Formats: sequence, C-alpha cells, structure tokens
Amino acid sequence: MSELLQFLFSGVTVGAVYALVALGFTIIYNASDVVNFAQGEFVMLGGMITFAAHAAGLPLPLAAVSAIVLTAGLGVAMNKLAIEPARGAPVVSLIIITIGASIFIQGAAQIVFGKQIHSFPAFSGDAPIRVAGATILPQSLWVIGGAVAVFIALWLFFTRTLLGRAVLATSNNRLAAQLVGINTNFVMTLSFALSAGIGALAGVLATPITLTAYNVGIAFALKGFAGAMLGGMGNPKGALVGGFSIGLIEALTAGYLSSTYKDAAAFVVILAVLFFMPQGLFGRKSTDRV
Amino acid sequence: MMKLTPKSATLIVLVALIALSPLLFPSNFYYRVGALIFVNAIAVTGIVILTGYAGQVSLGHAGFAGIGAYACALAPVHLGVPPALAVVLGAVLSGVLAYLVGRPILRLHGYYLGVATLGFGILVTMVLTNERALTGGPDGIEVPDLGLRGLLGDLGLSLSNGQFWYFFSGLCMLIGAWIALNLYDSPTGRALRALHGSEVAARTVGIDVARLKLRAFVISAVYASVSGSLLALQNRFVTPDVAGFMHSIEMVTMAVLGGVGSVLGAIFGAAILTLLPQVLTVFAEYEQMVLGLVMILVMIFLREGLLPSILKKLRGKDE
Repeated sequence: MSELLQFLFSGVTVGAVYALVALGFTIIYNASDVVNFAQGEFVMLGGMITFAAHAAGLPLPLAAVSAIVLTAGLGVAMNKLAIEPARGAPVVSLIIITIGASIFIQGAAQIVFGKQIHSFPAFSGDAPIRVAGATILPQSLWVIGGAVAVFIALWLFFTRTLLGRAVLATSNNRLAAQLVGINTNFVMTLSFALSAGIGALAGVLATPITLTAYNVGIAFALKGFAGAMLGGMGNPKGALVGGFSIGLIEALTAGYLSSTYKDAAAFVVILAVLFFMPQGLFGRKSTDRV
Repeated sequence: MMKLTPKSATLIVLVALIALSPLLFPSNFYYRVGALIFVNAIAVTGIVILTGYAGQVSLGHAGFAGIGAYACALAPVHLGVPPALAVVLGAVLSGVLAYLVGRPILRLHGYYLGVATLGFGILVTMVLTNERALTGGPDGIEVPDLGLRGLLGDLGLSLSNGQFWYFFSGLCMLIGAWIALNLYDSPTGRALRALHGSEVAARTVGIDVARLKLRAFVISAVYASVSGSLLALQNRFVTPDVAGFMHSIEMVTMAVLGGVGSVLGAIFGAAILTLLPQVLTVFAEYEQMVLGLVMILVMIFLREGLLPSILKKLRGKDE
C-alpha cells in the first residue's frame, strides 16, 4: 500500500511538470495553431539559467525570476524571428521551424552551459515528509502547487480579463478578432511570452528533483505533448488532467513494469489515444473548413 | 535537340557525378566521404517521398535506419543469414513497423506524425541502448563483412575498400533515385502530390488519403532502413547513435536544405551537410546550432530549398 502511495507521489510530481509543459503547448496552439516543439527547451532553459545565475552569486529567488523573465523574452524573440515570418506556411514548414528552434536552443545551451548535469538546492530543504508510510519531498509540493496555481491563474486570465478574452477570440477566429479591433500580433507575442515563462517556471521548480542538462528538453516536449493530446489538444483543463495522467502512468510503469522503459509510456499513450479517441478526453471533435 | 525529361536529366547528372568525381579526389579518403554522402542521400531520398511528395514530416526516421543497421549486425550472427539478406530482412521489418505505427497516425494531421515518429525514434534508441545482451548497449556492436568486395576480387575486379563502398553505395543511391523519380510520375506519385496540395480536395476526387500517406511512410522507412544497413556494413561497426534523434534531424535538414520537392535537390543537401563537418573541424561543436539555424532559415527564406531556388534564379535570367 505504502509502495503504491510512493509511486503515486512521484507520479504526481513529474505529472505536474508535464502538466505545465502541456499548458504551454495549449496556449500557443490556441493562439496560432502552431504546435511548438521547442516547448521542452523552455523547461531546460528555466533550470539552466537559474543554475547559472545562482552559481554566479544571485540569491535563488532572484535567479529563478530572472530565468523566467529571460526565457519569456526568448519565447517572444522566437515568435518574432522564426514563427511570424513564416505566417501562413504549411504545417510541415512550421514543424521544421519549431524543431529547428529546439535544436538551435539545445546547441546553444550545450556551448554556454556545457554538457554536464546541473542542479541547485531545493527551496525548502531536503527533509522528506512522511505520509502514511511513504515520503514526499518538500520540493514536490512546490512543483504540484506551481502547476495548480498556474492553471488557476490562467483560468482567471482567460475568463475574467479583457486581454484573456482577446486571446480566446483570436484562437477562435483570427480574422474576426482583428475586425473587432484586437491586436492579434500582440496576442501572439503574449502567448509565446506566457508559454515560455510557464515552461521556464516548470524547469525552475523541477530541477532540484529531476536535475537538468542541455538535452532534457525533448523528453519534456514529448511527454507534455502526450499530456496535451490525452486531454484534448487546445483544452487547458485537458492539459492539466492529461499532464498529471502521463506522470502517473509513467511512475506506475517504472514501479511495476520496468524502470528502463518508463519513458516508453508516453509514446504508448500517444498511440493509444490516436487509435481510440483522437480528440482526447476533453477535446471537441475537429472539423475542417475548406 | 531532343528534350530531356527531368527524370533522365537527374539520373544522367547523378551518374556523371558518381563517375567523374573520383578524378578530382586528392586522396583515398575522399572515397569514404563520397560513400557517406551516398548513404545519407538514400535516406534523404526517402524523406523526399514522405515530405516532398506527400507533405508529411517524420522526426524519427533514424529509428528505421537503426533497425536496418542492427539487422545487419545481428541477423548474420543469430539467424545465420548472409549480410546481404540481412539488409532485406531489416527493410521488411522497418516496412512492417512503419505500417503498424503509421496506420493509426496518418489518419490525422501533420503534427501527430511528427510527435509519434519522434517518440518512435526515441523508443528504438532506448531498446538498442538497453538490451545490452543482444545489441552490445551504448558501446555498439561489430558488423560482419558483406563479402561482395571479395567476390568482385575473385572475378578479377579488385577495388580498395573505400573504392568499393564508393561505387556500391553510389549504385544503390542511383537505384533509389530512379525508383523515387518513377514514383513521382506514377498514379501513386500524382495522388501523393495532390494530397500534399490539399487533403480535402484530394479526398473529394476519390483519393484514399490515409492509405496513400501510409504507403509513402512505409516506402520512406524502407529507404532509411537500407541506408542504415549500408552504413553499418561499410563501417563494420554500429552504435545506437545511428537511430538517434540527431540523426533523424540531420535527414530532415539535408532534405529541406537541398530542396525536399526534388530528388536531385535533396541529394545536393545531403552532400553539403555531409561535407561540412569534414571540411570544418570546428563545425563539430556548433553542429546542432547550425542544423537548427539551417532548418529555420530555409523554411522562412528558401521554402523550396537551395537547389530549386538556384535553378529558378538561373532560368529567370535566361528569359
């Protein structure tokens, strides 16, 4: 029993990270119909920049904030330099562009931060908390709390603020949104900043547990995408549920089947979703306009 | 003068390049580089069929190259088949896997194939790395000799190892290009190009979109597998890197750089990106950044790729 609880704890922890990545996917997908394959690199950058800034002598909270701000800025730059010039390009080109951005960021990180594995101290110490025979790290609570807080903040933003509604309007119909006076370019910029910032936050929260290296991004992207797809592409609630589910599936696979092949779980989920319910748990059935 | 069809023109250019390039080789080492270019070009020709003709992206084609490569390493030892047959075995296995993986995915739009193939490639690398007892793990495994060079030697045609692989890979690339060019003008090729233009329109005129995409995916997987087999056979050694994510990305980048819509263009792209690390030794450190940058820039500024854009410029000046 305590064994199962232990697996659930670790599943919810990584699941929270995947949920944050999935939320990042969802924001950009909604605003622009682009699936940003570089989403995982934002997570990597969040962890890496915090590590570098902390190592350079900055206090941890300041290092974390600067990592999130810098990464958000990078997201905006990516939109301006790589996505916006390719507006209207076929999906194939957009996939190649975002994967190109992902490789580029990875290559740059490899040169700037080196190939070593990095980490920084946990926010509230390393003393595990005992719950019913299982243990959970204080940092896990930070990660889970972070995911839930981001989700609530996003929900309030999209339903209660004018700006958030403008983003939703843009995702529904770009042209119509322009016609009623919404600055859709600004909405795009905002979406990339938000998405990159959330990715970086995931990296900041998770790195004390998962550690980070220049090449961890692609796995986060794959699993975050699996989460977003399981929940239904473009649905924030789905992204949250999907991300946590992928984490739990992975942890249970590692616990009961094979820890070597736990990374295969996300891939199996992707295939299963495609087979049985392509629109995901909460997704709408998509229709094409011709 | 008789007007050449683009197909025969492409093949003539390729034959001439393969035959004449050795005249310019300053040393034997360049046979090796040439053979590498041809091997990469085979995989990239497969990408042309999948991405250029059918408009689908795979981010895990190196997974199939890995299957082809390890088939040549393992089948001769464990099943006792000659290496040449192992190439076929790997190709069949890759084709079947591509069919099974592609079937559910290809009913849907572009992104899903990208992600699913990405996952597939990672999965293959994972198996190759972790099943040490069979694959030798991350350290790699030896590959037996193809035996064809010895056979040619017995027949009185003695080539150095580099020369043999140069001409043999070149021949394989030619066959691959010939098949791809024939496919372009076949009913399947036309249908693939139609669905690339608009899936909905293609469906309306009665094209079975899902089945055709699947066919392109399977064919391109076989190309990647053969490419992986040849690489393993000529190196006589293979590591899981052959199936790695970076190798998949290299394939896509080579194709889009040269021009994913044309076989000759894609081969040109393969040549550039294979030569670059040989010429620039500093390239190694910056390889990832350069690959990424090339992908972005080509997609924004030269969407058709380098070669078609150059040809268009030249033709524009003629008129």
